[in-house]
Amino acid sequence: MNITGKITGKVWKFGDNINTDLILPMKIYYLTPQEQTRYVFEANRPGWADEVEAGDIIIGGRNFGMGSSRPAARSLKNLAIGCLLADSINGLFYRNCVNWGFPALEVPGVDAAFDEGDTAEISFDDFAVRNLTTGANLEGIAMPEQLLKIFKAGGIYPLLEAEGLIAPPA
Amino acid sequence: MGMTIIEKILARASGVAKVSPGDLVSVRVDTVVMFDNNFIPNIWREILKLDDPKKLVVVFDHRVPASHIPSAISHQNGRRFVEKFGIERFHDIGPKQGICHVLVADHAYALPGTVLVCSDSHTCSAGAFNCAARGVGAPDIMYAATKGETWYRVGETIRYQLEGALSPAVSMKDVFLHIADTYGEHANTNVEYGGPALGGLSINARRTLATMSAELSAEFATFEADEILLDYIRARNPAPFEAQAPDANAEYADVRTIRLDEIEPLVALPDTVLNNSRPVAEVAGERIDQAFIGSCANGTLDDLTVAAKVVAGRQVSPKVRLIITPGSQTIYREAVAKGIIGTLIEAGAVITNPTCGACSGGHLGVLGPNETCITASTRNFKGRMGDPSARIFMASPATVAASALKGEIADPSEFLR
Ligand code: SF4
Repeated sequence: MNITGKITGKVWKFGDNINTDLILPMKIYYLTPQEQTRYVFEANRPGWADEVEAGDIIIGGRNFGMGSSRPAARSLKNLAIGCLLADSINGLFYRNCVNWGFPALEVPGVDAAFDEGDTAEISFDDFAVRNLTTGANLEGIAMPEQLLKIFKAGGIYPLLEAEGLIAPPA
Repeated sequence: MGMTIIEKILARASGVAKVSPGDLVSVRVDTVVMFDNNFIPNIWREILKLDDPKKLVVVFDHRVPASHIPSAISHQNGRRFVEKFGIERFHDIGPKQGICHVLVADHAYALPGTVLVCSDSHTCSAGAFNCAARGVGAPDIMYAATKGETWYRVGETIRYQLEGALSPAVSMKDVFLHIADTYGEHANTNVEYGGPALGGLSINARRTLATMSAELSAEFATFEADEILLDYIRARNPAPFEAQAPDANAEYADVRTIRLDEIEPLVALPDTVLNNSRPVAEVAGERIDQAFIGSCANGTLDDLTVAAKVVAGRQVSPKVRLIITPGSQTIYREAVAKGIIGTLIEAGAVITNPTCGACSGGHLGVLGPNETCITASTRNFKGRMGDPSARIFMASPATVAASALKGEIADPSEFLR
């Protein structure tokens, strides 16, 4: 996953208070991570997981990712979503974005600044966000250096594995 | 400026004199709670070294006894891990079984002033014990277990000052619904509970509010420590600790007074608890198929007691399945000894073994298409308890029990004068 330089992608919008039961429903909890991706947003947006393409961008409103600690961010990463942008991201969900190395950025005003289908450009150098369709510019809240390191390593597991603390995937 | 309770605990655990909102802190972790979901093959990675096996608690709760082969495999992975590192605080299926947050309470694993991590979102439950406890992700647990530390972004704190006393038909679940309805989400903000009402609130009542604070999307939810709490802890855990009180000049994002005597029984409408509750009278008459009392928030002895009081000598509507899940085997045994379970069964309730069960929609009480449920558990998200077309109302155990009797959502007041 690219967490350096600039990325651009097509925008999908989801609104406020999107919860993790919608991203990773309990009934598929025990499937493989790749199988789980087919059920993302099945309850609120059936068919979306088949339509979305690698590099697309999700835009949420306030409190994106509220709810359980399940590895919902991993499903978005495995769908190859380029980045999550939201006015605010739920603290636990944000942790899981860090944990799984899935790029996520809080950008105040982002929900109002984009329509579905617009193209977004995100710079991971200065966390600037631009709506290439309308020309609007926004400032994201910088990812702290300490966490950026984990994001860039691809998440916690690669770090712990490199230190010999956990075994490689079975 | 001074610090709030959570700022003081985090400052201490990170070895600095002061932390402030906006800081990113690395903290020493005192307790790591792992549960069956940590051991599911699609998440689990074999741990090669542990920071300190004595810091660990291992619990199986989400699907117990195993409901299908994959959950049985996660339990096997967990047992192998416990054996390999000689983990003593292990709650397998059997006499010590229970929901992880309930066991943390039963055994006072969460000590005041300390830091506890668990990768379940309702870990804030242990905030009732003046403990810095919040849900993290499964990889965070691996990190904390192997390195003994974790990180937090320090958020601002909102203080809830609790005053007055609850009316007989009102519980802390209603107080929670009132807060969620009035103030909505608290994302990236801590909540702190205290005030003169505390002395009249049992540990179980406090735990309901602390646990439900996850549904406010709060970061940490921390209660002030008082003598009731300190006695509770000392009776169960001999380890030393130092409770933390807020500084007199602590800085809060807001201070809100909640008068408990002004709260009435409330019901949250389906899909969310945020800005979505109504007084029970406005929803009364809504037909239900299932009524559930349980979970880490409402499977306490207090909850079973009030449910029994409502249904004693009466019968659950033949059209309703009333499912009740004690939070732990200890609570279950006490409820049996007090005759509470007998009363519930006589009224037609089905008692399940302690587990997450219906709360997580995993097993034991999954909802079918277009069914209606009223639940005293933690979440009413769309699809949470089964089919996405099912409607889930949320209320207190008393309201759920009264509704089960009538076959429709009903006010518990007439049963609890
Ligand atoms: S009882 Fe429900 S909310 Fe509590 S830990 Fe289990 S699934 Fe989560």
